[in-house]
Amino acid sequence: MRDVAVIGTSLLPTTYGSTASEVELVQAVVSDALAKAGVERSQVDFWCSGSADMLVGRPFTFVSALDAIGAWPPIAESHVEMDGAFALYEAWVRLLHGDTHVAVVYCFGQSSQGDVRKVLTTQFDPYWVTPLWPDTISVAAMQAQALLDTGRYTERDFAAVAERSRNAAAGNERAQLRSSAAVDTLLQEPHIVRPLRRHACPPIGDGAGAIVLATEEGLARIGARPAAWIRGMDHRIEAHELGARVLTDSPSTRLAAQQAGLGDGPVDLAELHAPFAPQELILRDALGLPEQTRINVSGGALAANPIMVAGLARIAEAAERVMAGDSKRALAHATSGPALQQNLVCIMEGRA
Amino acid sequence: MGEPITVIRTPIRLEYEVPAGRQMSRFLTQLVEGRIIGRYSPIGRVFVPPRGACPVTGELMGDEVQVADVGTVTTFCIVNIPFEGQRVKPPYAVAAIILDGADLPIFHLIAGCPVTDVHMGLRVRAVWAPPEERTPSLTSILHFEPSGEPDAPYDSYKEHL
Repeated sequence: MRDVAVIGTSLLPTTYGSTASEVELVQAVVSDALAKAGVERSQVDFWCSGSADMLVGRPFTFVSALDAIGAWPPIAESHVEMDGAFALYEAWVRLLHGDTHVAVVYCFGQSSQGDVRKVLTTQFDPYWVTPLWPDTISVAAMQAQALLDTGRYTERDFAAVAERSRNAAAGNERAQLRSSAAVDTLLQEPHIVRPLRRHACPPIGDGAGAIVLATEEGLARIGARPAAWIRGMDHRIEAHELGARVLTDSPSTRLAAQQAGLGDGPVDLAELHAPFAPQELILRDALGLPEQTRINVSGGALAANPIMVAGLARIAEAAERVMAGDSKRALAHATSGPALQQNLVCIMEGRA
Repeated sequence: MGEPITVIRTPIRLEYEVPAGRQMSRFLTQLVEGRIIGRYSPIGRVFVPPRGACPVTGELMGDEVQVADVGTVTTFCIVNIPFEGQRVKPPYAVAAIILDGADLPIFHLIAGCPVTDVHMGLRVRAVWAPPEERTPSLTSILHFEPSGEPDAPYDSYKEHL
């Protein structure tokens, strides 16, 4: 398989109530990621973006965002109505074809512009489920209750995930929640939707991210630089119908990880896209990560959850640590859809 | 089996508060002051309204510049059909107007003359709402009307068609 690497990343600090337009958000991260990668816009062969118009209630926001990348002379561009991690998958596949060598992936999402709990309800089956308006937190709570009922975890375990995640974000200027009360204090909070308390839910935030990818030939063209080489990537989807799934397991994550080559060697770092605390426990079990694997040292989606960006952010955070030599082999995970319906796993290493 | 159900009603109502963005916010608030502003792009063109980035190069826009509230009709259409939400009674003229000093046309109504008098090259000027009635919106300009100047020569606006 052709070698493709992450060579530049950029994530905006996640904020609530951003006053920037999508063009302004994207311009900032694309320019920053290109500068870090040492790549000119004219050297980019393929552009791919991830965003969702339902988040902001306007059609074709990804088209207006094109201003930020400069579409003259005309460019080769694609878009997915998903998190940027899935746009990165498309760009990676495109680079594997062998005729293109540098790609830029970007994504943006301003969850604060609407009522995100309601907006995400529209992704369900329009006949049987959406008319009942099960909001995101209610669905995550059903998943959490099912997990409690297995006897594998308790509400204290959920609180421990939240505490560790937000304290881990203390040094991450891009995160929104960067400290946590102790577990005992967290467990005093009232439930929002039983069994979820506020601490087990993600913050609402606006953000944008960008990643520059290059093949070996692309790197030769622009000059050697730190790179996180993608050893494998796969994404798998489960049934749309919640009742047809086992919500306390994530077989799509497990299969994607196998396909991405998780079994080929130990990973020392994992960035898991788990917006709700119980989901991290489900993902850890599905992946079978050993104790010594560092999990979400960035704080993860519990510390910053810009929808459409939080998945790509996991890849960016893991890649940055690989490029800095802080991780030899890292796993990044992204999710999409309700209750971990679709999952992507990307495995990256230092020098090829 | 009863009759097949062919229609179900599942009303969805979602409300949003969308910021205009930094550049557009500046443009809209300046309209309240009776000023039309643009920005220089990195390739030297003046974009009105200013954009979040140069759509040609993807780079940040440069300095702000005020443009005239007088310009030239580059192209137009005459609306003859009524439609829901229409604010003006047909027939009326809508035109692309290249303001003096700008490199991108804005779109607005042409009034103050029979619609059959609207043509390419017509020189027009903004008719502003009274200051106390202006809001951060293009409706702070009620419409454009003929300025009485001679037509602009085709060569002066052919790059903006």
